[in-house]
Amino acid sequence: MKAKRSRFLLGMLCFGFAFLYVPIILMMIYSFNYSKLVPVWGGFSTRWYTTLFQSEDVWAATALSLKIALLNATFATMLGTLAGIALSRLHSFRGRTLFTGMISAPLVMPEVITGLSLLLLFITLNQLIGWPAERGITTITVAHITFSMAFVAIIIQSRLAGTGRDLEEAALDLGAKPFRVLWDITLPQLAPGMVAGWLLAFTLSLDDLVIASFVSGPGATTLPMLIYSRIRLGLRPDINALATIIILTVTIGVLIAGWIMIRQQRASAQDAEHT
Amino acid sequence: MTQESAYPWREEGATPFISIRNITKRFGNFIAVDDISLDIYKGELFGLLGGSGCGKTTLLRMLAGFESPTSGSIIIDGADMTQVPPYERPVNMMFQSYALFPHMSVEKNIAYGLKRDGVARDEVKDRVADMLAMVELSDFGKRKPRQLSGGQRQRVALARALVKRPKVLLLDEPLAALDKRLREQTQFELMNIQDRTGVTFVVVTHDQEEAMTLSTRIAVMDAGRFMQIGEPAEIYENPATKYIANFIGSANLLPVTIGAKSNAAYEVQHVLSQTAFTVSSDQTLNAGDELTLALRPEKILIDKSPLADYENQITGIVREIAYLGKISTYRVETPLGVTLEVTAPNQVRPKGTGHRIEWDDEVYLGWNTDSAILLKD
Repeated sequence: MKAKRSRFLLGMLCFGFAFLYVPIILMMIYSFNYSKLVPVWGGFSTRWYTTLFQSEDVWAATALSLKIALLNATFATMLGTLAGIALSRLHSFRGRTLFTGMISAPLVMPEVITGLSLLLLFITLNQLIGWPAERGITTITVAHITFSMAFVAIIIQSRLAGTGRDLEEAALDLGAKPFRVLWDITLPQLAPGMVAGWLLAFTLSLDDLVIASFVSGPGATTLPMLIYSRIRLGLRPDINALATIIILTVTIGVLIAGWIMIRQQRASAQDAEHT
Repeated sequence: MTQESAYPWREEGATPFISIRNITKRFGNFIAVDDISLDIYKGELFGLLGGSGCGKTTLLRMLAGFESPTSGSIIIDGADMTQVPPYERPVNMMFQSYALFPHMSVEKNIAYGLKRDGVARDEVKDRVADMLAMVELSDFGKRKPRQLSGGQRQRVALARALVKRPKVLLLDEPLAALDKRLREQTQFELMNIQDRTGVTFVVVTHDQEEAMTLSTRIAVMDAGRFMQIGEPAEIYENPATKYIANFIGSANLLPVTIGAKSNAAYEVQHVLSQTAFTVSSDQTLNAGDELTLALRPEKILIDKSPLADYENQITGIVREIAYLGKISTYRVETPLGVTLEVTAPNQVRPKGTGHRIEWDDEVYLGWNTDSAILLKD
């Protein structure tokens, strides 16, 4: 009876993993396909990788996407952290409820609407004050910051809600003025949350297709936009190659992050044993 | 006043160091602290005692400056502190959670307050080293708080709060997180350090034993008000109300009717059984008043043979015994129709069973006229 059940569970586990990873593995295998037709196996080859590395617009799109993601993550973390602190540490200010609602609005707003409204904003601004002169990296970055900031704010708020005010009060009590307390105590406490928020904002920006498509101009194509425009003309093996590279990069990143976290946990566990 | 009295609160016209005047604190409709006034004198170790939600922590937080009173004022060493923010008050606090900064070493934790005051680097170093030596943690300066045991953290928190030489040190349940043995040891350390530094301590606690041991004076709080303020012995021997009599230690409470007065003692009659006792009291009472007679368990003598020289004597049958080593607690069923709690020291090592009081033994209980007190409410 017991063996049967565990076999059932094991089967479900395998099915679950297969559901998640078989498509990705298939895609990675087909990226080494010689044939130009994606579903037809024509022998092992790395020709699509060569094609990919020789393609100027892939490099340009990757560089643009990374640049936007970096800028977005950095600004979104700064603004989102301030918003999160305001939400959880300032207990009564005028319009607090409105502010809370407005912060979380981008989380539930359909991307199409966010994209459309931002596009309208940029056009109106251009007519009124002449900025932004053209749509491209600036407009995409601004658009990304507006919605990733909300995610950072939520992360920071939940982290602050979980920690008491004792540390901050102790610092006040020892003679630190409120701004000093923010710098010395609150922000170091928030560092892990800020790193998590930064990484989330970075990925959100790298992934985004819809909003970027709305607010981008003719000259600026991000990586998701490039992939999408190529796929529209039919499945292409060089896109498989590109996707494989992205997946490997992300996997290595996740492994390194996990390794660092495990090492830190071990270190603190050892510290605890010392006493 | 050249020589400072050890008991300034006993003297008329002594200048209080901390003066709390008609403080009220409301949170919405809830009144946490209800129009209370209190004077604390220099060098005192003052205990604020009460159950949870009685307002003791709110009062402490108002002294620290984390809450501002709805009305009333707080004066410390002659200066009105009511509207002064916490970072400008000559007051430091030791938190119940210790609130050590986890990302700073022990040394940096202690030095933090001095650096905020712009103390010169050499002096900071010396004073931190002095504090570490005082709390016997000189070898632990480079460690992070999470690498310390609970007792060590408690001492770091104390050092951090004392290094700025505050006029007043506030301690919020300073010993609550320690185990029993460590708590007893730390109590004496705290008293020692208070004595050496001369800083005025205000300690919040829910533990009546802790308050009794530590404090020069205790204020018993309930529902945002003081029920009694006094020296530990005064509160124990002369509790103002039944609540205090039971909250500090335990007491047998018997409803009685007042009878005739003779030689500063009253004849009283137990309401239930009409048994008569004599109780000395300096209150002016009228015959027929209904009061409560409070009698501490250790003030009753218990013996298997009749007692001589006790004004009040009854008999009873032992129904329960709790043997605690140095003392035993007996619950004795009496003809009064009530069970009295009696404690007695286990002075003699019993050899065999002959002399020891056992379950269902018939015993004699006796107490003097001045052992019991009469309480109005």
